[in-house]
Amino acid sequence: MPPFAAETLLHDRDRRGVATDRAFRSVSVVAGFSVLALLGLILVSTTNAAWPAFSAQGLRFFTSTTWDVPKGEFGALAFAYGTLIVSVIALVLAVPVSIGISLYITEVAPPRLRKPVIYTIDLLATIPSVVYGLWGVRVFAPWIDPRYESIAGWFDSIPVLNTVFNGRPISGVSFMTAGIIVAIMITPIITSLTREVLTTVPSSLKQGAYAIGATRWEMIRGAVLPHSRGGITAAVMIGLGRAMGETIAVALVIGSSSVVSARLFNPGDAMAAVIANQFGESTGDYRAALIGLGVVLFFITFFINSLARVWITRGRRRAGIL
Amino acid sequence: MSMADDDIRPALAERVDDIAVTDDVEVFEVTGLAVRYDEVTAISEVDLTICEREITAFIGPSGCGKSTVLRCFNRMNDLIDSAHVEGSVLYHGVDLYDPRVDPVVVRRRIGMVFQKPNPFPKSIYDNIAYGPRIAGIKADLDGIVEQSLTRAGLWDEAKDRLRTSALGLSGGQQQRLCIARAIAVSPDVLLMDEPCSSLDPIATGRIEELMREIKNDYTIIIVTHNMQQAARVSDRTAFFTAEVHGPTGQRRGRLVEFDNTGTIFSNPADERTEAYITGRFG
Repeated sequence: MPPFAAETLLHDRDRRGVATDRAFRSVSVVAGFSVLALLGLILVSTTNAAWPAFSAQGLRFFTSTTWDVPKGEFGALAFAYGTLIVSVIALVLAVPVSIGISLYITEVAPPRLRKPVIYTIDLLATIPSVVYGLWGVRVFAPWIDPRYESIAGWFDSIPVLNTVFNGRPISGVSFMTAGIIVAIMITPIITSLTREVLTTVPSSLKQGAYAIGATRWEMIRGAVLPHSRGGITAAVMIGLGRAMGETIAVALVIGSSSVVSARLFNPGDAMAAVIANQFGESTGDYRAALIGLGVVLFFITFFINSLARVWITRGRRRAGIL
Repeated sequence: MSMADDDIRPALAERVDDIAVTDDVEVFEVTGLAVRYDEVTAISEVDLTICEREITAFIGPSGCGKSTVLRCFNRMNDLIDSAHVEGSVLYHGVDLYDPRVDPVVVRRRIGMVFQKPNPFPKSIYDNIAYGPRIAGIKADLDGIVEQSLTRAGLWDEAKDRLRTSALGLSGGQQQRLCIARAIAVSPDVLLMDEPCSSLDPIATGRIEELMREIKNDYTIIIVTHNMQQAARVSDRTAFFTAEVHGPTGQRRGRLVEFDNTGTIFSNPADERTEAYITGRFG
């Protein structure tokens, strides 16, 4: 081998390599910024299209619960309330179940059962939401309709709960029905993401807990959950995003009634569902108001996601993972 | 590699304490121990006696099964689905592999420190308090935390940052934290699986010093790749090796020699031990 000539370091670099690298750089920069641009454009064009409604209704658009198309009164509050209530019900039901399933898959299930369970969960995540909606309105709602009354009976004498678990569903459709259907829909997604997070827990950490005499549950509490808290929160937030944006399934089982009610068995309505149900027949200010609902939904989702991000970062910093 | 570099005698001479072979109480009595992973036997025919308040070192080349044997003493092999343990490991006369024995209780009595420091992603305080808490101890957690950190020689460095994350500590500090975490449940035995292999010489020195300090209260078994370390800290040494076994060429671990550390390093009975400690093999 000839001796290494240090002058070769000074030679021009291979021009083709430099060009490829530049091209790669520009493509990735464009791709990265296009996301921001897209977000900005959506925001500008929807706000623009909703502007007639915002200017005509003023603050009432955000504070009024009246949605009267003939009179031209458009208040989004009842629908925003419905969106939040349905999402909260869905999360309360889906999160414990999802975490439970993921812990079962990663920590408890015998190895040969893991794969089939994972496949099934991932399969559930791919079912289109309209299928869940149709099942909800044709099968689930009629089944649960008579049961709401007896459930209300259990909480009859407990203050607060006797209001919350109460109401008159219309052939089984209600906030609660929508919440349950959405919970079923988001469970596979939260489970899938949570399972991914749980598999990243180093086995050295688990062994450390076992070696001090932890039972499986104590090991999970001491090692698995502290390590995964941020990731699980992120999974829940993605589930929440899906729940708030869920349209067709909710439109089918929520009951299309613009009321703010603490009684969860009453029918209600949610923003995305209203847009889907009414957009086709709308014109002028009516259409602008529906687009306005979209803008409000956009901001609520954005706000909740930012909050979650801050929360996750703070949690990680406290645990020292960052 | 020159032989002089690997001469263990200086390390023996450097010892700050005497080799203390007391022959009093037997903690572990291992007979005919064999571990296999499904059909592959990792180690077999191990017979050993571990005595109270002594430091026993397991040395030998990689793949000789010394860590596998160590993990039999607190039933950590249970966590590997394919692992099967045969033979008996008597702990104060009770067979650890008796079906009535609860591995969780075993591990509260027999603590373990791992090759890589593995603090939980929690505060320093919560790392130490974890063991006592799951053992149901509620009283004076502060005292236990202080005492354990003091014993592990970490109190002065950690006392002002007990509520901060344990992951902010250096590698050596993290390993001492793991020792503190293990002794916080007042175990009887400490198993150490190459506890210094990821540490620099200064941190290693601190850990060795710590082992000498706590050996009056604990029975310690340490797996180490570092023969000088075995010569510096242990009272007895077991030398393991791996032998090619059967027509498949499968390597199987074997206990070659187990004796007083002074004897192993200055006058071993088996020529394979002699070859290993003088650097001619492994």
